[in-house]
Amino acid sequence: MSQVIEREIDRSQMQVSDEIAIQITNMNKWFGSFHVLRDINLTVQRGERIVVCGPSGSGKSTLIRCINALEEHQEGQIIVDGTELSSDLKNVDKIRSEVGMVFQHFNLFPHLSILDNCTLAPIWVRKTPKKEAEEIAMHFLEKVKIPEQADKFPGQLSGGQQQRVAIARSLCMQPRIMLFDEPTSALDPEMIKEVLDTMIQLAEEGMTMLVVTHEMGFARQVANRVIFMDQGQIVEQNEPEEFFGNPKSDRTKLFLSQILNN
Amino acid sequence: MTDIGYVRTEMLPEQDAPSSAVGVVHWIRVNLFSGWFNSILTILAIYFVASLLYGVLPWVFKSSWTAHSLNECRESIVAQYGEGATGACWAVIRERYLQLLYGFYPSELYWRVNLAFVGLLVAIAPVLFAGIPRKVLWFSAASPFAIFWLLWGGTIWLPLSVVAGFVLGYVAYVLVSKPAGSLAGTIAAFLVPVLWWLLLAAPVASGLQSIIPLASESVESARFGGFMLSVTIGVTGIALSLPIGIVLALGRQSDLWIVKTICVGFIEFIRGVPLITLLFVASTLLNIFLPPGTTFDIILRVMIMVTLFSSAYMAEVVRGGLAALPRGQYEAADSLGLDYWKAQRLIIMPQALKISIPAIVGNFIGLFKDTTLVSIIGLLDPIGLSTSIRANQEWNGIIWELYGFIALMFFIVCFSMGRYAMYLERKLKTGH
Ligand SMILES: Nc1ncnc2c1ncn2[C@@H]1O[C@H](COP(=O)(O)OP(=O)(O)OP(=O)(O)O)[C@@H](O)[C@H]1O
Ligand SMILES: [Mg+2]
Repeated sequence: MSQVIEREIDRSQMQVSDEIAIQITNMNKWFGSFHVLRDINLTVQRGERIVVCGPSGSGKSTLIRCINALEEHQEGQIIVDGTELSSDLKNVDKIRSEVGMVFQHFNLFPHLSILDNCTLAPIWVRKTPKKEAEEIAMHFLEKVKIPEQADKFPGQLSGGQQQRVAIARSLCMQPRIMLFDEPTSALDPEMIKEVLDTMIQLAEEGMTMLVVTHEMGFARQVANRVIFMDQGQIVEQNEPEEFFGNPKSDRTKLFLSQILNN
Repeated sequence: MTDIGYVRTEMLPEQDAPSSAVGVVHWIRVNLFSGWFNSILTILAIYFVASLLYGVLPWVFKSSWTAHSLNECRESIVAQYGEGATGACWAVIRERYLQLLYGFYPSELYWRVNLAFVGLLVAIAPVLFAGIPRKVLWFSAASPFAIFWLLWGGTIWLPLSVVAGFVLGYVAYVLVSKPAGSLAGTIAAFLVPVLWWLLLAAPVASGLQSIIPLASESVESARFGGFMLSVTIGVTGIALSLPIGIVLALGRQSDLWIVKTICVGFIEFIRGVPLITLLFVASTLLNIFLPPGTTFDIILRVMIMVTLFSSAYMAEVVRGGLAALPRGQYEAADSLGLDYWKAQRLIIMPQALKISIPAIVGNFIGLFKDTTLVSIIGLLDPIGLSTSIRANQEWNGIIWELYGFIALMFFIVCFSMGRYAMYLERKLKTGH
């Protein structure tokens, strides 16, 4: 399960500033009558890299989807980059263009070429001129190491390549925060590494990241906090060393023993 | 122990494939005689096609092109091919083809219909094929008004004041959406032009006409007929039913309860009644609801009904395409900050429509063929004309030639649409 990342990590860049990127206070969410997120309190500093883990159905995806308003919360407050998420559509659009999201199933637009996937939002949301948008797109495609695929369509790429394009597509909006929902769960083992490498590189550049993943190797090396969720609640959070070496709650111990044993 | 090591010392040259693996013989072997069952089917099919041609071809070619009545036809065929010979009497097509194409449109104005048809072809070219310069799209946008004016004639101020309705709608959107939000803007952009068209467009046009007279000879709807009528109704229906259908399909998915209810109600009502009843409503009942003295052109009424009918089906087809899209596409669009309309236009609709191409074109074909139903309310489309031709003394009793010709014309149009759809599907294929 845990992927070994043979790579020196440059921690000098990975400074955490005092500025607050995301603040969630007393947040509750229901799906109908099902209380899926219960009293969530979470503060994310700019530059922090947080890994969220927990058993299936514990509400990890729902939590990070609330942060860019893909899901609506019913109680409490979510403040992203100083803007409170409310039902005001203007705020929602503003936050979404500042927060990048990478999905488990990539969700690339299959009818558009890789380059068009990357330039679409900059052109239509940010009003970037086409030429400039293409330059930005090529810059990020180079960064995820697939500039030569720019003219292909998503259906012609491997899973790992598609996920890297998805990351590049988000980066083209030059977001200040990146959310990842199990970015490697749909990939074959040999492709997981290429995606994780890209994510590590992002972390090294100081991107604020919230990552739902079960890649504990990634968590140990990159995260400065690991959050464990169960039944819609944050059960435990700690630095990776402490979290893995000395888990406090029984649920965490049980969960860790399950995922580390297979 | 034998030695299993092996090294090739001489490379083999490339050789031509044996004739049994390529060429005509190969194709026949694989496709027609690949097994005993396939072989029997092939032989039966050949027999069937041959006997069909044996029956039909003599009739098609032992024909008369010159007679002026059915009896004359029969006599000339017997005279030429001997006693008992029967053949097609194509003379009826020769004599009446102009009528079958143009109805009773004044013959000195045929050029207007021809010009309108050429305009139509030019206008749809950039919509159909990506290779045409995009600037031609401006022509496409202007062409409906030009075409209608060419066909009906009359004052040029009428089409211009209809265009003005669109401009007013745009202005209303800009003015209202700034202070009151885009929903109010959309409603204004819908209401203002409709009110303009219903109440003001005609008086304004006739007012302008009396100040600056600019008109061509007008042709009344009663003289419209033949394929020109079918194409006019069919193309209008096709061009309008897709956008209306898209709006209805989106409305059906709307979160706004009232919008959703209206759309569902409309779609289900239209799908629940036969087109022919709608046409009867158009031809008779509508007049009862209209203020006395207003004349509301019968062809216009029929076009509205055909469009509404087809757009309800189109809405369901598009909804099917929308339903086939994974939720992830909406979420990805949302997470990039695209608003609803941009997401629809750039991400959702291109994919949903692509999925629905076969069904959409199927609807178009159905619509075009359904235009023949207007003969039942007395319009002189090719079917309506054929009835009157057959009622004529000279041609009383002629069936196959007339309907065969009409069928051929419809077949050409519908077959082209089907082929185009296949071309489009191939072109848009972006997966593996
Ligand atoms: N749209 C929805 N409507 C109703 N219930 C939902 C919806 N989405 C998720 N749920 C429920 O909410 C709970 C939390 O879902 P969530 O997807 O956040 O879990 P997760 O921790 O991401 O799990 P996994 O590891 O399987 O992805 C689950 O019980 C799920 O069934
Ligand atoms: Mg999940």
